[in-house]
Amino acid sequence: MSKEAPVLQAKNLGIQFGGLKAVNNFDIEIGKSELVGLIGPNGAGKTTVFNLLTGVYQPTEGTFFLNGEKMNGKLTHQVVAAGIARTFQNIRLFKKLSVIENVKVAFNKNMKYSMVSAILRTRKFWKEEEEIDKKARELLALFHMEHLADNIAENLPYGQQRKLEIARALATDMKLLLLDEPAAGMNPTETGELLEAINLIREKFNISILLIEHDMSLVMNICERIVVIDYGEIIAKGTPEEVSKNPKVIAAYLGE
Amino acid sequence: MPKNKKVEYLINFVGILAVFGILVFFLDTGILGKQVNYIRGIVTIALLTIIMVTSLNLTTGFMGEFSLGHAGFMSIGAYSSSIVTLALADSNIPNMLLFIIAIIVGAVVTAIMGFLVGIPALRLKGDYLAIVTVAVAEIVRVAFCNFAITGGGKTLSGIKKLSDVHYVYVVMIICVVIMYMFIRSRFGRAVKAIREDYIAASSSGINVTNYKVMTFTISAMFAGVAGAIYAHYMTAMIPNTFSFMKSSEYLTMVILGGSGSFTGSIIGASVLSALPELLRDFASYRMLMYSVVLVLVMIFRPGGIFGTYEFSLIRVLKKVFGKNKGGADNE
Ligand SMILES: Nc1ncnc2c1ncn2[C@@H]1O[C@H](COP(=O)(O)OP(=O)(O)OP(=O)(O)O)[C@@H](O)[C@H]1O
Ligand SMILES: [Mg+2]
Repeated sequence: MSKEAPVLQAKNLGIQFGGLKAVNNFDIEIGKSELVGLIGPNGAGKTTVFNLLTGVYQPTEGTFFLNGEKMNGKLTHQVVAAGIARTFQNIRLFKKLSVIENVKVAFNKNMKYSMVSAILRTRKFWKEEEEIDKKARELLALFHMEHLADNIAENLPYGQQRKLEIARALATDMKLLLLDEPAAGMNPTETGELLEAINLIREKFNISILLIEHDMSLVMNICERIVVIDYGEIIAKGTPEEVSKNPKVIAAYLGE
Repeated sequence: MPKNKKVEYLINFVGILAVFGILVFFLDTGILGKQVNYIRGIVTIALLTIIMVTSLNLTTGFMGEFSLGHAGFMSIGAYSSSIVTLALADSNIPNMLLFIIAIIVGAVVTAIMGFLVGIPALRLKGDYLAIVTVAVAEIVRVAFCNFAITGGGKTLSGIKKLSDVHYVYVVMIICVVIMYMFIRSRFGRAVKAIREDYIAASSSGINVTNYKVMTFTISAMFAGVAGAIYAHYMTAMIPNTFSFMKSSEYLTMVILGGSGSFTGSIIGASVLSALPELLRDFASYRMLMYSVVLVLVMIFRPGGIFGTYEFSLIRVLKKVFGKNKGGADNE
């Protein structure tokens, strides 16, 4: 967090559904390799922030930038091309595809062979396919999942599905990773593995992460900074310690 | 190319030649006696039905969108190619070349039509494609009933008989191989991902609309090829042949065979197109039979008879010769 442009910069971001301002005046800056937590009570608008940042919804107000490049108006796949990837609160895998195919789909944006190449099975086709196969296996290995490569995704246990979703997001070769409650529904062992995986990808890929999480202990443990929202508005920002002492945050979590 | 792939392709090629050999044996050696012309007709129709059903499976099985107007695209291929070959009737172009021209015209014109239909229909989320394809097929049918150039309400006849069963076999193989290679590539992977979850697909960097329109265009294009074959086999046709009933028949074959399986489409198309012919006496009960079979399959095998299973010659050979090394068959 210094002079160079932040990886993500959102200014005054907002969206309205009918009369409901689901997100309002949302400002955030995330620097290189930073891990920022986004927390708030149920229905606060956290997932909606992710949907705004990935082009699923178009903001009705404000702008956001990735490495200085304006992202408003881009469609989801264009946002991904620019370098923002995400996971979903309710896991969204390609259920009937194999584990490795789930990852390969996300490599598609960097693959170049043409349709003619594919049909004629040219050298270029084989070269790229072999490359992608290798990369996908490496990614899976990072999550200790290489032995599951040929399993059908929907048959994986819950914790593995969560990890596969993260592996798939990493395959898009992004600069900013958005994780929506990655530990939801996990048992303590799985959460432990997840933490390990998150630390590992931070070391290895040097990326920035914005993390939504309900598990306060997890957030307090790994996030450098935390942003708290309630009713679509930011009510507090700061280090875990600062935030946890903030009376507004305590009120929001204990309920007024 | 990996070595095991080379071997696999070679073996498949030999398999394709072997089937061709069987075809030649039965149709060209006089072994079937006087029945041969009748059988040849059934085989030709079965072959073009394979193209129809496999191509419909691209849209329905692999992409997961319902198209209820595939026969409409077939008619576009049939009429456009016939118009061209009728215009070229007096030229001295050899039959084989004329056949190739007919196929290309049918393919190109229908692909353009598929593209134009696909863009608006596939942009929308939801089952709009089903509605739009029904409407388009109907509009096309009515239009062909009224244009002078397509017979003006009467039978369009005098089309040259170009669809020789040997050519048709080769065309069918080429079509199926192209579709198979398409599906077994990054393109097919993207299309299947869209079917599974389009939000996750776009969040993985897939341009959903592009890949959908691309697949639908290819699907329509091959229906056009089948249409061109049909026209130049029947030599005369009326637009009403390509009705909603016809489209539903093809859809039935896809679903029965297994949406998302080439094997299912090929076997479904061959059996269901040949069976009613062979059971001539029961022909009028065909739709009834379809419905009963469809209901039974839905109950006992909801994914279709073959599900998403693919037959693999090399796997069979390995089993037979006991050399199964258990290698992954993925591509
Ligand atoms: N497409 C939409 N149309 C209308 N309202 C919406 C839409 N999406 C979200 N909302 C509303 O916006 C608010 C914020 O929802 P959001 O899903 O972002 O909450 P959240 O903070 O992620 O909650 P949770 O912790 O339960 O996941 C909710 O009141 C929700 O009903
Ligand atoms: Mg949420």
